[in-house]
Amino acid sequence: MATKTEFKNPVIRWVDDRLPVFTYLEHEYHQFPMPKNLNYWWNFGALASIVLVVMIVTGIMLAMQYTAHVSLAFESVERIMRDVNYGWLLRYMHTNGASMFFIVVYIHIFRGLYYGSYKKPRELLWMLGVAILLLMMATAFMGYVLPWGQMSFWGATVITNLFSAIPLVGKSIVIWLWGGFSVDNPTLNRFFALHYLLPFAIFAVVALHVVAVHITGSNNPAGVDVQAPRDTVAFHPYFTAKDSVGLGVFLLFFAAIVFFAPNLFGEPDNYIKANPMQTPPHIVPEWYFLPFYAILRAVPDNFIGDWVTSWMGFSFISAKLAGVIAMFGSIAVLFVLPWLDTSKVRSARYRPVYRWFFWIFMIVCGVLGWVGANPAEGWFIVIGRVATAYYFAHFLVVFPLLGWLETPRPLPASISEPVLKEKA
Amino acid sequence: MMRSTMRTLIIAAAAMVVGATAAQASGEKIELPARNWSWQGGWNNVFGSFDRAQLQRGLQIYTEVCSGCHSLKLVTYRNLAALGYSEDEVKAYAGAHEVQDGPNDDGEMFMRPALPSDRFVSPFANDQAARASNNGALPPDLSLIAKARKGGANYIFGILTGYEEAPEGFPLSEGMNYNHYFAGHQIAMAQPLMDDVVTYADGTAATTEQLASDITAFLAWTAEPELEERKSMGVRVMIFLAFFTILLIAVKRRVWADVKH
Repeated sequence: MATKTEFKNPVIRWVDDRLPVFTYLEHEYHQFPMPKNLNYWWNFGALASIVLVVMIVTGIMLAMQYTAHVSLAFESVERIMRDVNYGWLLRYMHTNGASMFFIVVYIHIFRGLYYGSYKKPRELLWMLGVAILLLMMATAFMGYVLPWGQMSFWGATVITNLFSAIPLVGKSIVIWLWGGFSVDNPTLNRFFALHYLLPFAIFAVVALHVVAVHITGSNNPAGVDVQAPRDTVAFHPYFTAKDSVGLGVFLLFFAAIVFFAPNLFGEPDNYIKANPMQTPPHIVPEWYFLPFYAILRAVPDNFIGDWVTSWMGFSFISAKLAGVIAMFGSIAVLFVLPWLDTSKVRSARYRPVYRWFFWIFMIVCGVLGWVGANPAEGWFIVIGRVATAYYFAHFLVVFPLLGWLETPRPLPASISEPVLKEKA
Repeated sequence: MMRSTMRTLIIAAAAMVVGATAAQASGEKIELPARNWSWQGGWNNVFGSFDRAQLQRGLQIYTEVCSGCHSLKLVTYRNLAALGYSEDEVKAYAGAHEVQDGPNDDGEMFMRPALPSDRFVSPFANDQAARASNNGALPPDLSLIAKARKGGANYIFGILTGYEEAPEGFPLSEGMNYNHYFAGHQIAMAQPLMDDVVTYADGTAATTEQLASDITAFLAWTAEPELEERKSMGVRVMIFLAFFTILLIAVKRRVWADVKH
């Protein structure tokens, strides 16, 4: 924030002299220098923030019609679908908006992985992003419980029960989370309260995430730092225009789902009202949790080894606890990724070997999702375990070693150089 | 002591899980009949709508056959206007059912004919009464059945046309029926639809297949009464967004025309 902008409009000037919001907007969203080589994969951060706003707006309107009580929640959602003006539109935008949010954010994360956006000096920016992902998961999980269908209830039962794996205090923690001795009305009430609260926490962390990216500036497909003004263009109109194209295409996709296939991502069982006396044949989470669900179930019973158990006299780490640790570990490992990756080169464009590992990792994540959607039996168990092992190996083995072993291709001298060469 | 109890519990839980999954694994994958429906499948997902005459025939089947056991708790009589009935016809249909109201000024509950603003009257007072009359089985509410089962419309059609003689040696329990498309093949519901079980008001030949597809259409409507409004709005939204996106692409090209990148 170098110079102060002089505004012609006296009202704006008056306000700006006392609280420089207009100077801030001018600097951060008009003149702000962006690397000019950003491709369309850089649209997804802006898209994610727009989806967040859509979720908050539709969510507040749904909350005005929703009743958080075990005997009324399911019917109140159906009342929204049938009797509230455009209630079906609000609800389908909100439920599918959650899926859109995860699609957009997962692409945003994989873009960061491909182009090394987490590396110095953007480590904290990346970690804030991982915090947003965690908050999103908690919010989505609690939101899914609110319609009080069969999957809502049983999903809540399975996930809250994970905490019972914590040694000594696990059972007490679960009872505390439930507010009773099973998932019941107190659970539904607090999930509703937290589901309303957490999006605002997400909003705050997103604000920090955006501030952080405005300090370091965006990474870019070449992965080399901005060196001169000729490497950049102003945020407005260049990236407002480019982000708008992405937004148009994204809205086409979003609308096609909402209007023509609104239950594509949903489970039919959630249109059955929750029944604590009847367990559904398959309890599956929403698609965006499937890879993590597969990791949760991947840890074998004798993971720690019976001999350790017998030697210690008691089983401190059960298979269940190990599974829970693995699941949370799969996200925790992202927090330390900036220090696990020993390569100085950011972009996979100049890392011929890493590029292969990136695509293998994407496939492994897809395989984990597929395993998570299927019952834990037969080959699915074996494939799930191999894929889980690979997931962690990618971070803990591939990333550190590749920095040492790989010979990167020569980097361009600047962002502008490849373009200038081409034109010459 | 504590340890052995825990261990027993864990083994018991594991055995239940294994048993349950094994039971599923042994159940073969059942291929549902793939039917063409006016409101879904291919381009019908975008432009498809309900056939009003079919919905009315479906209501007739629900009224004369299904409503003996199955409730439709989420549907209101006034919703029937969407099937093409006049206000008087809806009033007459609702009025044929009795609902409890009250208390009146004397503190008494009383019965009165249903109004268009009432929900469909359920055949049983509660789930227990429903089970007591149905050999212990609970006939599910049908309001959302088309969305609450994998396969949706095809599943409903399959169940209604899937009654067969049990194969030799099939351990069919007392009072149960064999159905090709039902998971485990044992269904408590006796075959509800047979040729001419209903005499259609519009003179359509009431074959089992015709009956099954008509009631399926009706139940698809009860599950998604917003379907037609949703799709027609969707088409307009898509046209707008497509046009808008083309404009945005043009703007972006214009803005970036002077940048070498």
